[in-house]
Amino acid sequence: MSNPDDPRKDGERDWSVVVEDGIAKSNEPVSSAVADAEAATRRHEPHEPPRQSLPEKLYEPRKAVHNKRIDGPFRRFKWLVMVVTLGIYYITPWLRWDRGPYSPDQAVLVDLANRRFYMFSIEIWPHEFYFVAGLLIMAGIGLFLVTSAVGRAWCGYACPQTVWTDLFQHVDRFVDGDRNARMRLDAAPWTWGKVTRRGLKWSIYAVIGFVTGGAWILYFADAPSLFRDFFAGEAAPVAYITVAILTLTTVTLGGFMREQVCIYMCPWPRIQTALMDEKSLLVTYKDWRGEPRGSLKKSKKDPDQFGDCIDCMQCVQVCPTGIDIREGPQIGCITCALCIDACDRVMADIGRPRGLIDYATLEDCEREAAGGEPKAPWRTLLHPRTIAYFMIWAGIGGALLFALGTRSHTELTVAPDRNPPFMLLSDGSVRNSYTLKLRNMESRPREMEIAVEGLPGAIMWTDTIGRDNAAAAQTVTVPADLVRQVRAYVAVPAGGTSQQFTFRVTSLDEQRETDVVETRFDAPEDE
Amino acid sequence: MANEGPGKRIDQPTGTETVGHEWDGIEELDTPLPRWWLWTFYLTIIFSIGYVIAYPAWPMIDRATAGMLGWSSRGQLSEEMSAADQARATVREQLARIPLERLPENSDLMQQAVAGGAAAFRVNCVQCHGSGAAGSQELGYPNLNDDDWLWGGDLKAIEYTLVHGIREAGDDETRSSVMPPFAGAFDSAQLDALTDHVLSLSGKADANAVGAQIYADNCAACHGVRGEGDRAQGAPTLNDAIWLRGSSRDQIKQQILNPRMGMMPKWEGRLDPVTIKMLAAYVHSLGGGENFVEVAEDPEVEVDEQP
Repeated sequence: MSNPDDPRKDGERDWSVVVEDGIAKSNEPVSSAVADAEAATRRHEPHEPPRQSLPEKLYEPRKAVHNKRIDGPFRRFKWLVMVVTLGIYYITPWLRWDRGPYSPDQAVLVDLANRRFYMFSIEIWPHEFYFVAGLLIMAGIGLFLVTSAVGRAWCGYACPQTVWTDLFQHVDRFVDGDRNARMRLDAAPWTWGKVTRRGLKWSIYAVIGFVTGGAWILYFADAPSLFRDFFAGEAAPVAYITVAILTLTTVTLGGFMREQVCIYMCPWPRIQTALMDEKSLLVTYKDWRGEPRGSLKKSKKDPDQFGDCIDCMQCVQVCPTGIDIREGPQIGCITCALCIDACDRVMADIGRPRGLIDYATLEDCEREAAGGEPKAPWRTLLHPRTIAYFMIWAGIGGALLFALGTRSHTELTVAPDRNPPFMLLSDGSVRNSYTLKLRNMESRPREMEIAVEGLPGAIMWTDTIGRDNAAAAQTVTVPADLVRQVRAYVAVPAGGTSQQFTFRVTSLDEQRETDVVETRFDAPEDE
Repeated sequence: MANEGPGKRIDQPTGTETVGHEWDGIEELDTPLPRWWLWTFYLTIIFSIGYVIAYPAWPMIDRATAGMLGWSSRGQLSEEMSAADQARATVREQLARIPLERLPENSDLMQQAVAGGAAAFRVNCVQCHGSGAAGSQELGYPNLNDDDWLWGGDLKAIEYTLVHGIREAGDDETRSSVMPPFAGAFDSAQLDALTDHVLSLSGKADANAVGAQIYADNCAACHGVRGEGDRAQGAPTLNDAIWLRGSSRDQIKQQILNPRMGMMPKWEGRLDPVTIKMLAAYVHSLGGGENFVEVAEDPEVEVDEQP
């Protein structure tokens, strides 16, 4: 401030006022009510802004988070989710699914080389990628749905970053001991003992990273043979590169960056804050019940002066992102609910009711603080926004299933030759040539009939069926799970004219799938 | 503000030294480079030392320094070219070994031959026959898509035409025939009658006895009694719908009086036998290719290395 009475060190500038050309220009707001009229104009004149207000440093070093071991219902739920998610991740590539002799037998396979995506009984071709797009949209809206209902449950339990960070924190505990031991070791000088421990810990990190990356590539090729080839050194270079990159990212993100990913890198927490409202569940400290904080001893002496929180810091110590939930909802809170476990345990020990930190909606908190009854949990889940999200999500899912159920496994495309557009044959008939592509999406070879319709007197032959056998319809065999290209020659007797006609392809099996393409027949104009 | 002497000032708000320059009161802080940036910069210097030793780098008077690895972009290109050639070598070898009569039975090899032939066609043949192989009626380049062949349309015949050409000077085995000019041989009424007869062969005009007599005396020897042509001497068929030089009366008269005859260069010596084989397969595949009248008796034994 510009108070001349403020003690100021020698040489330190007073940044609230800048003197330029003999005129003092204030950087602080000047009220036109108190200042003279000129001051209001003067303060708008350009001058140097107060650099003093720039932050000293834009970088904040990471404070290591050493979360304490805790047990409780939420911790056990987290264990369960971890086992299930990791189980899905590691077991899925090894599941087999019989698709007959012409297709791979891996249940879930992204076959990039052959442009096929297999998921149990579903097979997706590149032109049907909208199914994958639909699944991604469902995943997105599913996250909206979960967030509006139960807050950041994805962050707290199922996100890979959370699961792997949790895993790495268990490794820390296994190698270095619990919170206090780890903090001591961090501060300790680099003795041989510390080097050994760090070496062991980081080796386990590397193994976890390798296994993570190693499982990833199994989704993109036949898992057993790739596994064998990988260790025999015969796999494709891209497999080794992928594993190396994923090992590195897993160790970096899960082993060292951890909560910084959630706080600084991930866009999802920021989107979620926009999705949540006063009706969404979140992990909340019930300050009206806890404040003011006071130790057990103090509150015994003066029971009316203090709230339930005894400031034992257990909630902070168990937090995997190292925040203090009592400061209120914040971006660092992934709502893993471990602080609820910790606080409930303390409350049980000191004989106070559980739920000082609890899953609650902000609306409920207000009602409870005002002395009302909290809503039943199922009612907090069923609010209009959640139901709307669910309807959209289910609608897209239903549409995808419908499209999947009614799609045809037979398709035809036709490209007429443009150069030359038609061909006069020696008997005076006119021939047009077409390139047909017959798509067989069944995993077995199929006979298909190609018929020319709406072209009087037309006969057809192909690159494999000679002109001697020309007829209005031809039968070709399309290999399993492939597109077969056929050159088709269509001829009409002399006197034919240019007109539209159709090719009809019909699968000659019990499905009788059919596809029709309209195209053009060109004939010479009359001389 | 004047420059405050040679000494560098410490900027008070940031505590950073200035570089000592001043422009109209604007001074520059001597903020050190970020550490990671600096180390990356040093790494690039170290990398460049290794690069200069290993790869061509310093420009000299007529060329650059060669580098320890001996790499050059021209060398890399030729390596890639020879790798591509090697990849094709198996197919070419198979094509060289298989007799043309047996090629259609091997559909994989046939497909590859057609694809290779299409590429060669675009380089060597489109100038006359057109990119769609439809030829040109005005210029007399035959259409290769149709089923009308002057010299035969099976694989062997097409290959023979490719190897020896048509009316190629200096090749004893070239396909050769001459239609004599009849300018001055007929008067105008005779010419009209003959033209009518020629057109009547394909039903385009009414037959007449005078024309038929002239045709039988002068033309039937090569073109056949009913105008069916003769492939052995390349005499065109006159009773079909396809006219290389046009089907109007004027065009036919001109062709009788002063016939134009096309010429096709021989490709033996310019293209290797395998490429010629592939071209034959491509032309045969265009839609008008004919089956062999007779397949060689035991073609698998007589392997023709040099077709």
